[in-house]
Amino acid sequence: MKRVAVVGAGMTKFRRRMLETGREMSFQASRMALDSANMEIKDVESVVLGTAPDAFDGVHMKGEYLMDGAGGTNRPYSRVYVGGGTGVFAPVAGWWHVASGMFDTCLVVGEEKMSPLRPHPQYAFWSIFDHTLERPLGVTLLWIFSLEMRRYMAVHKVKEEDIALVSVKNKGNALDHPCAQLPARITVDDVMKSEPICLPVKRLDVSPTSDGAAALMLVSEDVVRKYTDDPVWIDGVGWNVDTQYWTNRDLYYPRYVEAAARMAYKMAKIDNPRKQIDFAEVYDPFDYKELHHMEGVLLAGKGEAPKLTREGVTQRDGDLPINPSGGLLGVGNPIAAAGTMKVCELFWQLRGEAGKRQVKKEVNRGLAQAWGDLLQVGTVITMRR
Amino acid sequence: MSSKIAKYPGTEVELDDLRSGRFLSSDYETLLRYSWTSGVAVSRFLDGLKSGEIWGKKCGKCGRVLVPPRAYCEEDFVPTDEWVRVRDTGTVNTFSISYVNNDASRRKEPIVVSVVDIDGASPGMGILHLLGEVEPKRVEVGMKVEAAWKPKGKRRGAITDIRYFRPRG
Repeated sequence: MKRVAVVGAGMTKFRRRMLETGREMSFQASRMALDSANMEIKDVESVVLGTAPDAFDGVHMKGEYLMDGAGGTNRPYSRVYVGGGTGVFAPVAGWWHVASGMFDTCLVVGEEKMSPLRPHPQYAFWSIFDHTLERPLGVTLLWIFSLEMRRYMAVHKVKEEDIALVSVKNKGNALDHPCAQLPARITVDDVMKSEPICLPVKRLDVSPTSDGAAALMLVSEDVVRKYTDDPVWIDGVGWNVDTQYWTNRDLYYPRYVEAAARMAYKMAKIDNPRKQIDFAEVYDPFDYKELHHMEGVLLAGKGEAPKLTREGVTQRDGDLPINPSGGLLGVGNPIAAAGTMKVCELFWQLRGEAGKRQVKKEVNRGLAQAWGDLLQVGTVITMRR
Repeated sequence: MSSKIAKYPGTEVELDDLRSGRFLSSDYETLLRYSWTSGVAVSRFLDGLKSGEIWGKKCGKCGRVLVPPRAYCEEDFVPTDEWVRVRDTGTVNTFSISYVNNDASRRKEPIVVSVVDIDGASPGMGILHLLGEVEPKRVEVGMKVEAAWKPKGKRRGAITDIRYFRPRG
């Protein structure tokens, strides 16, 4: 198996609605990734694109539609899709393109344009539920998040105020991200008093809907020195999908995220993640999800993440910085692009290029994780200097 | 973002910019119609609902009683073979108070939605449904509930033959 390095990264701004089409955003992010790796399109041997439901765009065969903007034309090109987990799954798929020895280089693109669907992108999620047993009840995606949040709170006796701290932190971190859609200085009280959506979920517990793209350039150990003296290595990848019968699982804990993390840790020879991982970008479409996922990837014990958050451990200057980028809550949530943005953040942090967002402690290894489908997929990547 | 990059691409526009024609856009509406078969296992389940009964399916290998029923056990990957009538009562596993519809528009009155673990099925076998005849603020995880059925003549073999679950009297 070849070792795989990340040598370039790029992203667009994340915004509620972009003038650029999905193809144009894909091009902007891809071009930036190539430029930062000192590469041209002729150097790209394969392309993997991640993008979420076609229903947002109203464009079927969205992978093909976006291809020209993602550098895929006349190349071995594929689109991968595991719901919200797609943004980290695309780099995982890029990794196996190169690790297998099939290709020396792979351009990975995460793209999402949610704004076309009216009146609201939320409506597209209607069709992910069981057509006979769930849709007739009027189900929305927000229901399942709030059901999961309530279960997590009930099992561990977690207070809403402790969960709100995540939103305060991430929106604050995003103030230093030039692409961020919803950076803000807010308080726990602001979160608690924000509009009820599906209680316990309130307006400021939720990330926005967004347009945006992000891209990464992966190369094999055989050619890496042609492009950089400062590679960042992908040393672990994992993914896992749990049963579609989501009402038959105990939602308090994402066991499929744990399985994905254990797969990555085995590959990276990590036996004590809390000691061997310096910082993490875990998936935070809702504030409680950051806590849920810290526990799922074994960076916190079950029910321990709220305590670590309260004690400041997860702040950018803390002992275990979580989502120093600002996460989906602060930077925005163009679904597949948001996950890929997290992997870009690992690259920039590990190279010491994160500017005002650079975490205080010295970092040698980071973890990125995404999550999605019907509360059922975990995708994990670990990277090191 | 990298400190080596000074400027990031992307041009934000507002919905009003499109409506006013300041930026050009095009609109489209589509209506797709579907007829979904209910499948072998769920058809029998729906028949049961028509009679005011909830049925699960048992895996002969692991012994789990599965609700909603399926034709196979996804863990053992063998066909399920025995139908088991479970009760129409259960326990609130989790719940939410929803102020929104599925297009994100606001509801006038919130509704309470829940995963209800069904009595007589294996532990943790829940279904999604609504809760009724209860003040939202009085709902608790662990609350015992029972199905509130539609009158017999109004049932048509659908999940909505149960109007909602309500606290057990």
